[in-house]
Amino acid sequence: MAAASSLHAAAPAATPCRAGITSTPVARSVRVATAAARPGAGRGRLVARAAVAAKGDAPSCAAASNSDGHELLLFEALREGLIEEMKSDPTVCVFGEDVGHYGGSYKVTKGLAEMFGDLRVLDTPIAENSFTGMGVGAAMKGLRPVVEGMNMGFLLLAYNQISNNCGMLHYTSGGQFKIPLVIRGPGGVGRQLGAEHSQRLESYFQSIPGLQMVACSTAYNAKGLMKAAIRSENPVVLFEHVLLYNLKGKIPDEEYVLCLEEAEMVRPGEHVTILTYSRMRYHVMQAAKTLVNEGYDPEVIDIRSLKPFDLHTIGNSIKKTHRVLIVEECMRTGGIGASLRSAIIDNFWDYLDAPIMCLSSQDVPTPYAGTLEDATVVQPAQIVAAVEQLCQ
Amino acid sequence: MAAPSFTAAKFLAPVAARSGGERAPPLPATGAGFARPRRGAQQQQTRLRTALAVSSDVLAGNKAAQAASGQPAVTREEALELYEDMVLGRVFEDMCAQMYYRGKMFGFVHLYNGQEAVSTGFIKLLNQADCVVSTYRDHVHALSKGVPARSVMAELFGKATGCCRGQGGSMHMFSAPHNLLGGFAFIGEGIPVATGAAFAAKYRHEVLKQSSPDGLDVTLAFFGDGTCNNGQFFECLNMAQLWRLPIVFVVENNLWAIGMSHIRATSDPEIYKKGPAFGMPGVHVDGMDVLKVREVAKEAIERARRGEGPTLVECETYRFRGHSLADPDELRKPDEKSHYAARDPITALKKYIIEQNLATEPELKSIEKKIDDVVEEAVEFADASPHPPRSQLLENVFADPKGFGIGPDGKYRCEDPKFTQGTAQV
Repeated sequence: MAAASSLHAAAPAATPCRAGITSTPVARSVRVATAAARPGAGRGRLVARAAVAAKGDAPSCAAASNSDGHELLLFEALREGLIEEMKSDPTVCVFGEDVGHYGGSYKVTKGLAEMFGDLRVLDTPIAENSFTGMGVGAAMKGLRPVVEGMNMGFLLLAYNQISNNCGMLHYTSGGQFKIPLVIRGPGGVGRQLGAEHSQRLESYFQSIPGLQMVACSTAYNAKGLMKAAIRSENPVVLFEHVLLYNLKGKIPDEEYVLCLEEAEMVRPGEHVTILTYSRMRYHVMQAAKTLVNEGYDPEVIDIRSLKPFDLHTIGNSIKKTHRVLIVEECMRTGGIGASLRSAIIDNFWDYLDAPIMCLSSQDVPTPYAGTLEDATVVQPAQIVAAVEQLCQ
Repeated sequence: MAAPSFTAAKFLAPVAARSGGERAPPLPATGAGFARPRRGAQQQQTRLRTALAVSSDVLAGNKAAQAASGQPAVTREEALELYEDMVLGRVFEDMCAQMYYRGKMFGFVHLYNGQEAVSTGFIKLLNQADCVVSTYRDHVHALSKGVPARSVMAELFGKATGCCRGQGGSMHMFSAPHNLLGGFAFIGEGIPVATGAAFAAKYRHEVLKQSSPDGLDVTLAFFGDGTCNNGQFFECLNMAQLWRLPIVFVVENNLWAIGMSHIRATSDPEIYKKGPAFGMPGVHVDGMDVLKVREVAKEAIERARRGEGPTLVECETYRFRGHSLADPDELRKPDEKSHYAARDPITALKKYIIEQNLATEPELKSIEKKIDDVVEEAVEFADASPHPPRSQLLENVFADPKGFGIGPDGKYRCEDPKFTQGTAQV
């Protein structure tokens, strides 16, 4: 039985969102958050957690809501979320290369400069470390910047600021300054973009204390996570994927915000827990088709929150299936999978009937050649083989 | 070998005239203008041409220059404020050294002795809403900005009553009520933060339509000569000028990074000239003379407030102690040290105050006594303060502690009672 969570909109800031276990059937309902009446009101307080359940093979679609919803591409969903937040809160602003007049290299900020002006949608010079640091300083003084890395890999140049200032400054200042910064951009392995444009920075950032990391994978969770990240008082890194921007999806017409710390149940099942995120979710779901035909019943969870892990959703699944396969795009060494494996062993060792398997990318700079590139990332056939092995 | 001896004025000696090696040629004493940006941006003529009562070479007793101007450059109240602030900086830092050697504070402690004129000269001109960003040599910037000495000392002792609850330490002084935005350990990493604070000031004015009758809130970024070879410095000079941000970049050129002399590290050591390369004025000032610093600071801060953009101010100054309390300070030559010791900014101001009849020796002595008491009290307060409890360990990792995530039992980690005790595993 898939565990579902009851949803609470926590009114006072002191009471965080609670996750409880109820035994309701498969689909979780979507609780929609109403928009804050005035800017700044309800910041970080009102979060409707919604998960999407589809016991089927297709990628998850928006669950039932009051209206039909509307269909759009993932990058448009990100954009929609960003526009809504910028409209409701004048302190939200965007920094990045070509975010303004060019409309964003992946069109996430298309039209925003015309709507909000050149200061709120700031075209920066090519100086990642400095404009990320500028975001920190602006956040300390009351703004809520959304810093875009044109490619996540470029943010390696901003590592000084992301680690020392985003992550640590709230702590070293004794809690005096908060850094409600969002850092976002496309990462992951694309189509022959070459090694340096194919990086997975979630591996590198995950150790930074004080940082939250989420990865979106559908139009629905992209918009919800974008809004949640902007509203969060913590610095949040939102990982998008180069190959997912044109993914079509249906999202509610009503406003909604997702929970940053929650994982998403993609496909409930009984035999094995498959934990994945971002683009690998689709390779997993493709493998799932084959697996279902072979008689397996995989439970697929998109972990979404890369740091911290949603140990509740993950744990409930493991307690049911007793077998875990992690499918990630990070490299073998030091990736999200490595940390997740560790966390599962620490917390759910007694529930495991088999060693945790982890499929990761090869520890190889992503080659340009298409055939080699395909060989560095996990393919559906490998996922099928892994499940077959796990379920022996 | 004497360090290049700057005088109050900016100098225009071209790079080519330098004979190479570590010594720069002596520079003309005549005042020169601001190094101006090439394009015809409006730059105001240097006010320093108009006679300042205080000459940089106070010991030479340049009475002629003093007689040239009819009145002192500061009022009695201002002079006493400046004096008290510099004495506070000096006595505090001396006490830090004592406390360090007595095992009350640990780690890397970088003292500001000798540089007080820069902190006092600039920061005493600021409002509460203006921001200061510093480096690891930040104790005195904190004091000048108004952070109580007891808060700074308690922070240095690692006590819960420190301005950062004991979590920052010597290199990370922050104070939200005083708009002190750090305290940074890596050189250069504070400059973008300062640029962001200045951006926020402009944003508040232009987007949020929150305007103050005084003009824009100004941010001062303090950093050293070594930082001026770092990428973040140049990136921020560019962005600040590009968007005309209300910021002043204050270079505390004390001629040395740790053991690396500025001349050995820098292709063109004349830092103030790098301002015009980005389109902003570059000013050089004698950083051992608080009145000169203040004069330059006034102009730079007013420029920023009016929305005219940033200024790069290079203050020639000197640290009387080593880079940090761990530095044996063996590389700097004795005659360089004695040259600057003779230009002690506190001694110079004291002399000026007395000669200008702004106050008497006993009045100054009573200020010194008062400061001694303040610093003694700060130590007593810090000593008596409690260490941070274990429960403090995890409190400020996240502004929103939901960031620690959801535990296996479905509750947020931060709702675990052990969490607040600091004993929970995250």
